[in-house]
Amino acid sequence: MLRAEGISKNYYRKRDGSNVFTAVQPTDFELPEGQVTEITGRSGSGKSTLLNLLAGLLAPSTGKVWLDDADLYALPDGALSRLRNRRVGVIPQGQSGLHSLTVLENVLLPARLYGRGPVPEARARQLLERMGIADLADVRPGDLSGGEMRRMAIARALILEPSVVLADEPTGDLDDGNTAAVLELLRDTARQGAAVLLVTHEAGAARYADAVYRMDSGRLTRE
Amino acid sequence: MIGKLSLKNLAGKPGRTAAMVLLAMFLSFSIFAGSLTVLSLQQGLNGLEARLGADIIVVPYEATTKFDVKSMLLQGNPGYFYLNRSFADKVATRPGVEATSCQLYLASVSAGCCSVAVQLIGFDPESDFTILPWAQETYHGEIGFGDVLVGSDISVPTDGVLRFFDVDCRVVAQLAKTGSALDTAVYANMETIQALIEASQAKGLNQYNDISADEVVSSVLVRVAEGYDVESVKNDINLHVRKVVAVRASNMISTIADNLTGVSRLIGAFIAAIWVLSLVIMMIALTMLMNERRREFAILRVMGASRRKLAGLVMAESALTNLLGGAAGVALAALVVFPFSGVIEARLGLPFVLPGGGRVLALALGSLAACLAAGAAISAVCAARISRIDTSLILREGN
Repeated sequence: MLRAEGISKNYYRKRDGSNVFTAVQPTDFELPEGQVTEITGRSGSGKSTLLNLLAGLLAPSTGKVWLDDADLYALPDGALSRLRNRRVGVIPQGQSGLHSLTVLENVLLPARLYGRGPVPEARARQLLERMGIADLADVRPGDLSGGEMRRMAIARALILEPSVVLADEPTGDLDDGNTAAVLELLRDTARQGAAVLLVTHEAGAARYADAVYRMDSGRLTRE
Repeated sequence: MIGKLSLKNLAGKPGRTAAMVLLAMFLSFSIFAGSLTVLSLQQGLNGLEARLGADIIVVPYEATTKFDVKSMLLQGNPGYFYLNRSFADKVATRPGVEATSCQLYLASVSAGCCSVAVQLIGFDPESDFTILPWAQETYHGEIGFGDVLVGSDISVPTDGVLRFFDVDCRVVAQLAKTGSALDTAVYANMETIQALIEASQAKGLNQYNDISADEVVSSVLVRVAEGYDVESVKNDINLHVRKVVAVRASNMISTIADNLTGVSRLIGAFIAAIWVLSLVIMMIALTMLMNERRREFAILRVMGASRRKLAGLVMAESALTNLLGGAAGVALAALVVFPFSGVIEARLGLPFVLPGGGRVLALALGSLAACLAAGAAISAVCAARISRIDTSLILREGN
């Protein structure tokens, strides 16, 4: 499924490269299908950077990321973007609603980016139902609370039934009930065969994970 | 999908969209209204040059103090001066003079057609080489007694009869527009003019009681033979024919041409200023917009939109706003220039003839295309910037 070989990420604070900040130390990492893998760690420890590296959104300083046989960073942007659209569901940090679209349209957008066939509206409504925001389908993101917008982003990431789900703090802004619902949904997604990465501070998330890693100063260790 | 998303983005932010549409509207309005005005002025001058039709105009010496071709052409003020026909014969015999044609000016007090006195101009259809070629665009028949040719601005009654000094005159043709005072003149042969002179004398309305169309003329139009220098022929007439002054026709309209050049330059500078200003504002506005929308683009990248798709989104939105604004600008310019062409003509004091439908359409499409191209060029710069965004960094901003 998704695996990283020797990936690292350095940021050069000076043009001559004399001041280097290493966000992710050289790491081998694998996301097995059918499992939820959790990464915890303090803010700024490099969790989100690693997630972005795995999502094909941030080129690593060293190493490679493979999705099955595809070397992500060897692909041209068009092919990488299409692959991400079809196979990788990313739940980014923070608010990620497109304000010109309704909640339902936001959720369906990944399906419309490249698709010419019918959009999976029934699945979208089902996901919204599962997230408890079905009645907000025709509302615009500007009218949603932070938690509702978060759940909308989760539904959107899962709309195309991706084989890899990369969730960055998916339960931020959520109350306990909704946190449980989201984690349960991600667990179910893994049960259906997806490889799920859960980057979180959520103390109880480990109960839903098959493997737990910890990130400290860019170094990833299994717990 | 990109097209639909663009539409929704534009509809979702009406204030932002309106501002961009307004900028595009300024661009197309300025270029269409400005170029249409310049083209109309150019067309007016060309028409005037063509209608003047003579290389040299000869008038009585005494007329030089009260005769100004520019005012005759633009304000319809030919002046009343007369010259014995024998001088016209002398002019005709000078070397280099290929043809001459005489004209006689007479003002009517009023006519049913007009709210002000119209200029009655007598000409000789046999020798004429200026009025008939003009008339032949619409009329090929004879100009008999009582027949008149009227300028384009003369209102012709439904029965085609105009009455001057109680003499009925049949309108046989209406001349093409020149954008000058020639458009408010009425042309008749010398017989008709003689009848009108007599009718005016009978009514006591003519201050020149002793004139006769058989004996006097107001001006002699001269066509110079091929191979002769117009300036030399003019000088020769001035030297050898007494009591007259010969003036080059091209010199006469050179003032108008100079004015037109000045006005055209002014309009050109105005268009350039609006364009520079609008393009700078558009560039700043789009750059600010793109910065404001960085997170939106980053989210699209997360969903799998390629850099090309993002660029396409920016370009599509720009094309839509520029198309809408451009079309609105062209329509607004048309609403200003067409109904107010008379006012523009009067204000500028230059001949003004709107071009034909085909040229106007081409100009409108050209203006729209220029507006779209300018918008596309600016959007392309913004799209290129967007394609370089660091998605991961933007996603972390503000969290």
